[in-house]
Amino acid sequence: MDLTALTLHELTDKLRKKEVSSVELTNAFLKRISQVEDKVNAYVTISPDEALKAAKDADARLADGVNLTPLTGVPVSVKDIFCTKGVRTTCSSKILENFIPPFDATAVKKLKDAGAVILGKNNMDEFAMGSSTENSAFFPTKNPWALDRVPGGSSGGSAASVAAGECAASIGTDTGGSIRQPASCCGVVGMKPTYGRVSRYGMIAFASSLDQAGPITKDVLDAALMLTAIAGRDPLDATSIDSPVPDYAAGLKGGIKGLRAGIPKEYFIEGMDFEVSSAVSKAIETLKKLGAEIVPVTLPNTEYAVSVYYLVATAEASSNLARFDGVKYGLRQDGGNLIEMYKNTRDAGFGPEVKRRIMLGTYSLSAGYYDAYYKKASQVRTLIGRDFDAAFKKCDVIVTPTAPTAAFKIGEKTQDPLTMYLSDIFTISCNLAGIPGASIPCGFTKDMLPIGLQILGKRLDETTVLKTAFAYEEAAGWSKKRAQL
Amino acid sequence: MGFEPVIGLEVHAQLLTASKLFCGCPAKFGGEPNTQVCPVCLGMPGTLPVLNAKAVDYAVKMALAVGCKVNEKSVFARKNYFYPDLPKGYQISQYNEPLAVAGHLDIETTAGTKRIGITRIHMEEDAGKLLHDAAGGAGYSFVDLNRAGTPLIEIVTEPDIRSPDEAVAYLKSLREILVYLGICDGNMEEGSFRCDANVSVRPAGAEKFGTRAELKNINSFKFVKDAIAYEIERQIGVNENGGLVKQETRLFDSVKGVTVSMRSKEEAHDYRYFPEPDLPPLIVDAAHVEKLKTTLPELPQAKRERFVSNYGIPAYDAGVLTSSKDLAGYYEEAVKLGAEPKTASNWVMGTVLMLLNEKGIDVKDSPVKPPAVAKIIEMVKAGVVSSTAAKEVFAEMFSTGKAPEEIVKSKGLTQLSNETDIAAMIDAVIKANPDNLAKYKSGKDKLFGFFVGEVMKAAKGKANPAVVNRILKEKLSS
Repeated sequence: MDLTALTLHELTDKLRKKEVSSVELTNAFLKRISQVEDKVNAYVTISPDEALKAAKDADARLADGVNLTPLTGVPVSVKDIFCTKGVRTTCSSKILENFIPPFDATAVKKLKDAGAVILGKNNMDEFAMGSSTENSAFFPTKNPWALDRVPGGSSGGSAASVAAGECAASIGTDTGGSIRQPASCCGVVGMKPTYGRVSRYGMIAFASSLDQAGPITKDVLDAALMLTAIAGRDPLDATSIDSPVPDYAAGLKGGIKGLRAGIPKEYFIEGMDFEVSSAVSKAIETLKKLGAEIVPVTLPNTEYAVSVYYLVATAEASSNLARFDGVKYGLRQDGGNLIEMYKNTRDAGFGPEVKRRIMLGTYSLSAGYYDAYYKKASQVRTLIGRDFDAAFKKCDVIVTPTAPTAAFKIGEKTQDPLTMYLSDIFTISCNLAGIPGASIPCGFTKDMLPIGLQILGKRLDETTVLKTAFAYEEAAGWSKKRAQL
Repeated sequence: MGFEPVIGLEVHAQLLTASKLFCGCPAKFGGEPNTQVCPVCLGMPGTLPVLNAKAVDYAVKMALAVGCKVNEKSVFARKNYFYPDLPKGYQISQYNEPLAVAGHLDIETTAGTKRIGITRIHMEEDAGKLLHDAAGGAGYSFVDLNRAGTPLIEIVTEPDIRSPDEAVAYLKSLREILVYLGICDGNMEEGSFRCDANVSVRPAGAEKFGTRAELKNINSFKFVKDAIAYEIERQIGVNENGGLVKQETRLFDSVKGVTVSMRSKEEAHDYRYFPEPDLPPLIVDAAHVEKLKTTLPELPQAKRERFVSNYGIPAYDAGVLTSSKDLAGYYEEAVKLGAEPKTASNWVMGTVLMLLNEKGIDVKDSPVKPPAVAKIIEMVKAGVVSSTAAKEVFAEMFSTGKAPEEIVKSKGLTQLSNETDIAAMIDAVIKANPDNLAKYKSGKDKLFGFFVGEVMKAAKGKANPAVVNRILKEKLSS
């Protein structure tokens, strides 16, 4: 049996039944990585030594049978945006190419505490800026379903590693769709929780008011298990929410009879990709058959979301990335004086998309432009949040496509940043509003490219989002399909 | 045409919290470079600030002490600029919505009491320090981030100050309050109390402000006074020569006593302030403010007024005695133990302060404690020891820590007050000086001093002068 094709919860069962040890499982995944990684390029760093050590610890824990969690002994991967103590953390950037953090991100620490085995660090768009993982400073990641196509981004390495069986599950981050859009492209489940549900400590910041970590998994139950493990208030993150973490897995069952599923007309537009819109329409039909009430809702400020996002996110990024200055850690390119050193370092260290966004953000915060750009964008952001508040008075979840198209070809959009930005047109509003959202597979194009269904929920109501996703998944069965490599 | 200077001050005061503003590192001064640091204050990727609640309490106390309105909601903001001592590339400060606004401080000027408006008080983190020309570092500067992230409050005045002396009076008074509150050590040398001054001049009687220059590097009261005085003269000179004062930042050169241009308005940073997304707005509710209000100690001004009215000492004495909370406490303890207030004031301001200053000892570490001060005052009053001898006794107490009674005894300083003995000495002196007695009796009153001197000589200085005077007067006039 191919252990690497199984879900996290299936592996948990096998570990608990002692059908397999964590070390065996870890070796199986390391072998799978060695077989397919040449094709997929999902990892920036593979850490077999650390993984096998963690697996041995997990086996001891499993043998004792105490303090077990569903993650104990299960091999997972982590987006290279999370700091990992003693293991290189690059953010897929030259500027951090040799950066070894002296601490673990809280999400990573929680995974380790739960007994998970971390296989390595996933490729991504540099500093999470991009929708295709082509902005990695090192190499692009390939879509396991079609190796000439992108896996989406920015958490493309995480999504591809899950889809390719190079780990049981992964964690990524989502600032404007960076978990959900690659999950959609790679035919896996991705969930962005409510802003503040998972600690951001140790997660290298792109846009602090939007960034949120979440799971990328093979099915919905796995997503629930992973989220339960990483969520919670963190004294090291003042923006983390102080609210008890429910057992998300326990909340999945029971069906969605009577659930009100809102369909926002702004997300179903003329000229949309036909295969995407028909797959999503079929999914909505399935929800209806499962007993959900389909409710038309409106999110009138949707058209401003991309513009607002690219002002707020870049403004925060321009400040967040100022610390990469060659003084303390990371790359340094010397110069004749201090200013030259800064310029040389940042010129050599950052890729074109990162530079573009730093410039955009710097501009929107500048004296004389702040009111027209950053401030105005923040105000419209409030309106977008209110749209959701109003819509959620009429419905329990909102259902939309995750992305306007299936995975596009590598190189297809790299010359046109604006077209690339539109890949996130359906996912961005969720981050601006701070609400939870998931993407789950809802079918394939005729070329066998996965299509994703997005389910958005009320603030801190991950449970209903996951429950809806779970009911749909059970009925539709798309999550059982695996990419053949 | 006369010119009027207009001055506003910005003071940065470092708060005496145990840990830094946004992480758990110690905030104390000194230490080997980069030993009081952690991933957060080093600005490592992914790290986040968590606000120190104690620092907020300290800032609120200061706000209350100068009559500010404490905003229930204030917002941290990022001030963005690149410099190697600023690990994150931005300083977390407050901008549009500061912690507190609209306070004031009353200062004493030659023209009486004057109220200086305080525009705002906000919280922010300090930067690190650059060490230039350090050993072994030719061509490089070293970065010490021990200070990075230590908590500061910035206190900004209205442009209400009109002279260098007023500026100094304001700063001294402000510093005194900070120290009284126990929230800042007020050490200007170590940089825990720093000042920038905005200075402009305008034709006397004009309403519109002139163009201002911001003065930096003025970290002593003397430098503040000298820098502002120089800058006022400089700007008046520019005006009188038909020139225009430029808006700029100027550095004070304390060696030459001049200010020199550092950067012009055009070269000024655009700090690109925006709300700090890593910290939720700071909420300080009214109940908490009320609670902190009850913890405020008696402030210097109130204490001065109380000393004058309760103890009947001159305002000057009260001012000196309340210049530090510890000194005031020292004085007050001696008084409470029975020392006559003005006598105690003379002792504390005179002998005690002189000896402390001489030895460079802080009053709270004084080897002579208030009960001993009260004792020696009592001994003088009781005639056990003369006031001259008492000073000698006190100096001995100061250097040995011995009790006054013990010193008086061992040094043989006990005063001779026995009337019979003194009368006998006086008789002997009068007998030995018949010529002078005759002159005295014929009206040479000044010879009284001669007789006192002779008696004291005979008594080896130990006779009680009051008793000598009284008996001598009787005998000479009989």
